[in-house]
Amino acid sequence: MTADSRAVGATEELDLPEMGQWALVWRRFSRHRLAYLGLIVLVFFVVLSFGAPWLAPYPYDKINMNDNYSLPSAKYFLGTDELGRDIFSRLLYAGRISISVALVSTLLSSLVGIIVGAAAAYWRGVTDMILMRLTDVMLSMPTLPLLLVFSKMLREYPTLKDTFGDYLSVFVLVTILTLFGWMYPARLVYSSVLSLRETEFTEAARALGSSGWRILFSHLIPNSMAPVIVISTLGFGQRVVLEATLSFLGLGVNPPVPSWGNMLSQAYAYMLRNPWLAVYPGLFIFFTVLAINFLGDALRDALDPRLKV
Amino acid sequence: MVSRKQALLEVKGLKTHFFTEDGIVPAVDGVDFSVAAGETLGIVGESGCGKSVTALSVMRLIASPGRVVAGSILFEGRDLAQSSQEEMCDLRGNRMAMIFQEPMTSLNPVYTVGEQIREAVQTHDRQISDGAARVRAVEMLRMVGIPLPEERYRAFPHEMSGGMRQRVMIAMALSLAPALLIADEPTTALDVTIQAQILELMKDLRERVQTAVMLITHDLGVVADMADKVAVMYAGEIVENADVYSLFREPLHPYTQGLLASIPTLASTRNQRLNVIHGTVPNLLRLPPGCRFAPRCPKAMDICRQVRPTLRDVDGGRQVSCWLY
Amino acid sequence: MNSEQSTVSRDAKAVASNGKVLLSVRDLKKYYPIRGGLLRRTVAQVKAVDDVSFEIKAGETFGLVGESGCGKTTIGRTIIHLLTATAGQVLFDGQDVFKLGGGELKRLRRDMQIIFQDPYGSLDPRMPVGEIVGEGLRIHNIGDPKKREEMVRETMSLVGLRGQYARRYPHEFSGGQRQRIGIARALVLRPKFVVCDEPVSALDVSIQSQVLNLLTELREELGLTYLFIAHNLAVVKYISDRIGVMYLGRLAETSVSERLYEHPMHPYTQALVSAIPIPDPTMRRQRIVLKGDVPSPVNPPSGCRFHTRCPQYIGDVCKMVEPQLVEKEPGHFVACHLY
Repeated sequence: MTADSRAVGATEELDLPEMGQWALVWRRFSRHRLAYLGLIVLVFFVVLSFGAPWLAPYPYDKINMNDNYSLPSAKYFLGTDELGRDIFSRLLYAGRISISVALVSTLLSSLVGIIVGAAAAYWRGVTDMILMRLTDVMLSMPTLPLLLVFSKMLREYPTLKDTFGDYLSVFVLVTILTLFGWMYPARLVYSSVLSLRETEFTEAARALGSSGWRILFSHLIPNSMAPVIVISTLGFGQRVVLEATLSFLGLGVNPPVPSWGNMLSQAYAYMLRNPWLAVYPGLFIFFTVLAINFLGDALRDALDPRLKV
Repeated sequence: MVSRKQALLEVKGLKTHFFTEDGIVPAVDGVDFSVAAGETLGIVGESGCGKSVTALSVMRLIASPGRVVAGSILFEGRDLAQSSQEEMCDLRGNRMAMIFQEPMTSLNPVYTVGEQIREAVQTHDRQISDGAARVRAVEMLRMVGIPLPEERYRAFPHEMSGGMRQRVMIAMALSLAPALLIADEPTTALDVTIQAQILELMKDLRERVQTAVMLITHDLGVVADMADKVAVMYAGEIVENADVYSLFREPLHPYTQGLLASIPTLASTRNQRLNVIHGTVPNLLRLPPGCRFAPRCPKAMDICRQVRPTLRDVDGGRQVSCWLY
Repeated sequence: MNSEQSTVSRDAKAVASNGKVLLSVRDLKKYYPIRGGLLRRTVAQVKAVDDVSFEIKAGETFGLVGESGCGKTTIGRTIIHLLTATAGQVLFDGQDVFKLGGGELKRLRRDMQIIFQDPYGSLDPRMPVGEIVGEGLRIHNIGDPKKREEMVRETMSLVGLRGQYARRYPHEFSGGQRQRIGIARALVLRPKFVVCDEPVSALDVSIQSQVLNLLTELREELGLTYLFIAHNLAVVKYISDRIGVMYLGRLAETSVSERLYEHPMHPYTQALVSAIPIPDPTMRRQRIVLKGDVPSPVNPPSGCRFHTRCPQYIGDVCKMVEPQLVEKEPGHFVACHLY
């Protein structure tokens, strides 16, 4: 008897076809032309770099002193360096390292940041005090000198040396970039969870008998992700640059493992004789970072739940 | 026309559209109404029906991506739709004023309320000295029933309650002694007893200053209490225009009928089912071809689904946009 | 006069016949500390709810009205233990709600639920509707995923939503439909008691009546008991058997709902009733317009809290002595020195 009356107002079809969250995000994202371009550029670099073993014409460390300093030619696509190594091949292998370092340290920082920020905001009290003061302390430290000190210290640690061999410098770099990068996502998640925990949907979950952890993982963290994704995207770009800076100072990725940063650093010595040695890695860094920044801007809009369409 | 009096404001064929990325949203789509001097017109309708956009269009306060695309807005014989922004600025500070639902957004948080009223006084009367304007401002505060007006003169907006802020807004609007006051949901954010205070205040001031009022609200009770004439809006159109007594006695449009029947009143008894209007308001991007209310109308006929009705005169000096009449 | 009497007895009987008390609130207090200074010491307290007692019988709807800041929302949240009470007792089905341990409280949550005001803020924007409705089932580990999906669809159709919309997100629905989703979430565990916290205040007039009808139908069908909180007296009167009027954290008057409107006794209730705009221009009338604003609950006025605005202030007794709720006619309690 009541079935039809109840359905009043609800039986009408929904206006729009079914569209998931991600479909909507994609729709908003694709309105940004520069971001589209950025995405293409980024995918291009990632495919080139991670496909290095198959795409690179030469091994990155193949020395050919007869061909050193050669100009771009059919044999050497972008020419060779002072030891006659193929620049193009080295750029691909270097990209693999540079991108991995930035990516892994960004993901780890975000993970640590999310946990710290969310826990502090949800439980407040002592947890909040300890975690957020720690965050403040970390944020007040002068980063560059500490990065230098830490990277030096870790490099001298014997067990690590044995475990990682040539890749020790890569491990050290990821560690310190994570150590000094988690505070930014932590602050962001903290403020977002702080306001989300007061929402009615959080109250509803509590009224249903949900535990704190459950609310944190099923409501609060998913709703805080959008800004984290945005700053992580931008953070990724910063880390590519930071890797270059540290490697340039000799404290990033060390040869023989190539990275865009240490290629740039090595090229410095031959700057006057062969400027293009510095130009190529510089351009790769430039375009990667530019692409990711365009992407970040578009994601900011695309992930904003306030924008409906 | 409902009123034979000389119209102060006469709006004809007003269309305000919003040009969004998804298409053109016809928020106000061909609206006619008039307000005579000293008269109160109530514009009622549910959220998204275009009542606020109508008010903002009259004030020429529509921001991009919206634009008044057609129609004329004759105010004291001048077409506001054709006026420049400078002329509008002059009018807004002088002949017409507006008060909003949330007074906090329209008061400047860094100035005291007194200074803001004094500024309004001085906009209205440029010859007045600072001291005299100050005295006028205190008087205005007293007139809208704010206790200890001399002290409240120095208060900042955030130091006042919602009801007090709305009084300040009214004091500001009326210190301009406008010919037309547009009030957009002036009491919606307030509690009932405070709403009663504000409504009484508006009535009282209307008597004293002889201001015409365009009252925009979703609350039929407020309209019944305040208005001389009523325009009922639905999906960007006026569906019915009538004097307040005829409208409540004998609503003609099925939407007005449904709306009136669906409000629980103190007279309705428990467990008696409330009348319901089926469905929800149509999306303005996908309007039905005929009458916009047809999909929800219990009396819809074939023609309603095909041809859009227009507002036409019916007996008793009323207008209705419906194929039944 | 005669007819008035008969209404009282009829309504009183209807309520009495509903039998046992489901919920009993005794001397409930909820104070919020205001902290200040360097040491974040408590410098004052907001007395949001200050010594409130009432009972709700099984199957009954108790309405709570009052203006913003009167404490009605806090009462609702405190009763279902979303907020911790400062003092007092809430007995639900004989159990002392505030004394329950974690597991028992979780079990109790299946019996008491809440419906919120804001159809936007009360639904997690990143969760599909089916998951929102089914959250209670997952939390309490009821059934397997397939059974749960079935129960979700059943509850959705109970509130008039199509089951096939379970995979859609809240933003795709209109305000009224979202409110139905919130109702379905509260009902999926088949509670006995539901706090309805201003469930229709944010909705348009034509949608309001749809949701009010739905709530009445669900009450009959599922045998629910409601605590219905709202500021709109007409709405509260429509749905409630009995009503409590709150002012500044205290109950000013409680009565069978018909009677409260026919014969409001407390001057505040009289002002409230007269302030409701009536959708009939021939009924324009002289309102009782109260002076000033509601005082701050940090420092409520001494004696009767309403004395600063009362149009029927009778002297020092109002200023000095806090009036208690006293039964002045059968089932009609009022806290005022006039009677």
